[in-house]
Amino acid sequence: MDIKKRAFKRSLWVYHLSGGSCNNCDIEILDCLTPRFDIERFGMVLVGSPRHADVLLCTGIVNKKCVERMREVYDQTAKPCVVVAIGACACSGGIFREGYQMAGPLEKIMPVDVYIPGCPPKPEAMIAGIVKLLEKIK
Amino acid sequence: MKNKKRVIIPIGPYHPLLEEPEFFSLYCDGETVVDVEWEAGYNHRAIEKLSESKHWDQVTFLVERICGICSTSHPFAYCNAVEDILGITVPERAKYIRSIIGEMERIHSHLLWVGLAGHFLGYNTVFMWAWKYRETILDMFEMITGNRNHYAMFRIGGVRRDIEDGDIPSLRKVLGEMEGKLEMLTRAVLDDPVLAVRLKGVGVLTRRDIKDFGAVGPVARASGVDFDVRKDDPYAAYPLVKWKVITTGNGDVFDKAVVRLLETFESVSIIRQCLDAIEGKKGEIENQVREVPAGQGIGRHEAPRGECFHYVRSDGANSPVRHKIRAPSYVNIPTFKASCTGQTISDVAIILAGVDPCYCCTERVAVYDAGNKKKLYGFPELVEMSRKKTERIIKGEMK
Ligand code: SF4
Repeated sequence: MDIKKRAFKRSLWVYHLSGGSCNNCDIEILDCLTPRFDIERFGMVLVGSPRHADVLLCTGIVNKKCVERMREVYDQTAKPCVVVAIGACACSGGIFREGYQMAGPLEKIMPVDVYIPGCPPKPEAMIAGIVKLLEKIK
Repeated sequence: MKNKKRVIIPIGPYHPLLEEPEFFSLYCDGETVVDVEWEAGYNHRAIEKLSESKHWDQVTFLVERICGICSTSHPFAYCNAVEDILGITVPERAKYIRSIIGEMERIHSHLLWVGLAGHFLGYNTVFMWAWKYRETILDMFEMITGNRNHYAMFRIGGVRRDIEDGDIPSLRKVLGEMEGKLEMLTRAVLDDPVLAVRLKGVGVLTRRDIKDFGAVGPVARASGVDFDVRKDDPYAAYPLVKWKVITTGNGDVFDKAVVRLLETFESVSIIRQCLDAIEGKKGEIENQVREVPAGQGIGRHEAPRGECFHYVRSDGANSPVRHKIRAPSYVNIPTFKASCTGQTISDVAIILAGVDPCYCCTERVAVYDAGNKKKLYGFPELVEMSRKKTERIIKGEMK
């Protein structure tokens, strides 16, 4: 566990998983990668496969159609894996809470470590959340 | 049914930038695409149903959250629809403000598209630059409306906030800078020989296709169909300012890019004229609405991706009894059947991207061999192939 932990806190690879969002949170995540915010300076890269990921950035209410897929993705990640719920939707269901398609919020599907509320949270808020996460791991 | 079951992409069935979540499967014969299939529903959030349980005013916030990129288009169309029931018009100042917000959104949305199209072609620099320029527009949004996205500017009968005179100079400054950057981007796209080889004649949609599929927005305008709700069914401040509908004739991906880039200049000019009209003046920004009578109404708005349509029915109570929404991507996406068929697999990523909502959709592409329908490629491979093709062209191996 120790060596895992040591490697873990160096450079976090993130995988972005959207389960029924309005895609604004997702765009703000991409925004974090672009020159203005540039989270790569913290060693974070967006990867294309959950198997490479240390962090899952999840957005959206988790609707009934994608709930199985999200579970699958979570199972594929190597543990330890940190799950971050981004946006009001993932944290609580937000405005879609009473909808018939709601299968979430995210915490019903997988264990969530960090909540970043907001609709959408600003990129600064996401970075702040992840930096806090890094401290927590240490 | 059994084959359908295998349409599972292990990587990223979900990805940013989609209005309606889609799942595509391409059927291929060797290198050539012979058919495309589409499945939707991964992002379904029961919005139409939820809308029936919310107060008229709350629905504006709900429809805003249909899509994060055009988060003004839906409230725009919805407010038009409810105002249609009420039979009222909004004050002049509110009209201008509405148009300003709508056009700023068009600029940021088109820039976002340019960036992602570059990304799919292997031009990551374009991605980074375009998104960097886009940030300044988002800053302006934050200044005017208080939020980077989901501005909550619209309300039935007007707008929620005024644009202060103090904000206008910095808006103008940003627009001025933006024009230079857009020019640079446009020239870069138009003059680039590699892009010309890569995009011209690819994914062609003829006028006939556009009519058959009922495609709207830049997709239709790139094929020479000059359909634009802002002109054809004027609303807000669009009839009060001077601008023109951009059309081109070839219908390929290159033309779609050109239409989008040129449209941003029109948007800049519309915003300028609107700012001229409201600067230094005072005025009402909303008509008070007490209740919505029974009746039905429709509202349309030319969103960055095409016509956005809302139908609302009221029985005189507190919330709509029926709310029907048709977003532009819904009619644009099926055009893939025409534009992808007969193309090579390496072009599919950019053709799908050419329709705009659909970088996201491409994320769900799976390639099938027409014979045994086994999955061959997922989206990452497609993007990889697309990039390699660009590289080969740069190296001069292909013409
Ligand atoms: S939290 Fe808000 S911005 Fe994020 S996905 Fe949900 S509705 Fe969209």
